[in-house]
Amino acid sequence: MELVVEDLACARGGAPVLEHVSFRLGAGEALILRGPNGVGKTTLLWTLAGLRPPVAGQIRMPDEAVAYAGHADGVKGALTVEENLVFWAEVHGRALEDEVLATFDLVALRGRMAGTLSAGQRRRLGLARLAVAGRPIMLLDEPTVSLDAASVARVAGWLADVHLARGGIALIATHIDLGLAAPVLDLTPFRAAPDAAGGSDEAFL
Amino acid sequence: MKALLIRDLRLAVRAGGGFGLGLAFFLIVVVLVPFGVGPEAAVLGRIAPGILWVAALLAALLSLDRIFALDHEDGSLPLLATAPLPMEGVALAKGLAHWITTGLPLTLAAPVLGVLLSISWAAWPWLLVALALGTPALSMIGTFGAALTVGLRRGGLLLSLIVLPLYVPTLIFGAEVVRRGADGLAVGAPLLMLAGITAGCVALLPFATAAALRVNLR
Repeated sequence: MELVVEDLACARGGAPVLEHVSFRLGAGEALILRGPNGVGKTTLLWTLAGLRPPVAGQIRMPDEAVAYAGHADGVKGALTVEENLVFWAEVHGRALEDEVLATFDLVALRGRMAGTLSAGQRRRLGLARLAVAGRPIMLLDEPTVSLDAASVARVAGWLADVHLARGGIALIATHIDLGLAAPVLDLTPFRAAPDAAGGSDEAFL
Repeated sequence: MKALLIRDLRLAVRAGGGFGLGLAFFLIVVVLVPFGVGPEAAVLGRIAPGILWVAALLAALLSLDRIFALDHEDGSLPLLATAPLPMEGVALAKGLAHWITTGLPLTLAAPVLGVLLSISWAAWPWLLVALALGTPALSMIGTFGAALTVGLRRGGLLLSLIVLPLYVPTLIFGAEVVRRGADGLAVGAPLLMLAGITAGCVALLPFATAAALRVNLR
């Protein structure tokens, strides 16, 4: 299990954002992405998730290994907490374990309609989806937004003690300190030059 | 795919899911026609196949923009894209869910509403058969249109403009089956054309839908 990124360049909305990004993560390793707003943290995660093709460079990882959690939680308000998680478990061909509900403090909420959850509870449900999916590479985009300190510790604890301990990989874009012993990659030096290649839609024009 | 289908059906019947909306619309349009056209049975019986089919098209159109828009808003779409389910499977499951919540109830309600338009008894079974064969194509074409316009604000109008012209072949052959059935003529040729269009849509459009979704997600 290895995630290798070599000389990656990515673009957002036709504008080049990042270039020459390279790093290598082995089993059980995490990397924190830092950088000012708009530097391309989300774009990099989307590119790694395979949702957007890279402009240049290479991404090497096993197939079907990535789970992504973005700004939106993908939670259906008209389904209960449990139904939401069971759906994602079935899509990933797995079963929902009670352990996951306990880890993310959702046991008392399992029968509640997700639409009635608070923002923080909703986010915990969104993150619980990652545990349910059971993918080895986690791409987390601002996972701690609207979480209280206790929940942040809970999520960080799950990442360190369960996910990374099982040989998983995590790539986390965040502005706050999660308390994980992980190296930090500041993306500012990789900001693309304004005239960098590949950004525009020239091929279509 | 089964999980996605069950989730979409469950969402459709829950509060705000819009299940029955298309059916109610269909009912109202068909009930309004005799008021506008007048009560002569001969006239109504003649235009009934066309009215029922056009009403079915519009009713199917009504719920199309929800197919992907809701998943796009709450962020489920990129998560589905990274799930092991292929996008083609997502497209097929979405189209099937739309058909079960819209096309199937329309098909079952149409013969009953045909009475209001004094449709001839001979046309009854053909109306049922034509709608059962034709409505899956409406759902699949609509799913493709919904994938093209996902993420656009007020994409619903554009969606209708894209989708309605694509509904024309289904409308022509669907209404022709019912008309010929009513007149006691052979219905084989238009029925086969209708079935062929549906089979082609179900076989090919999931790939186009998946491609449109991938482009729109970038």
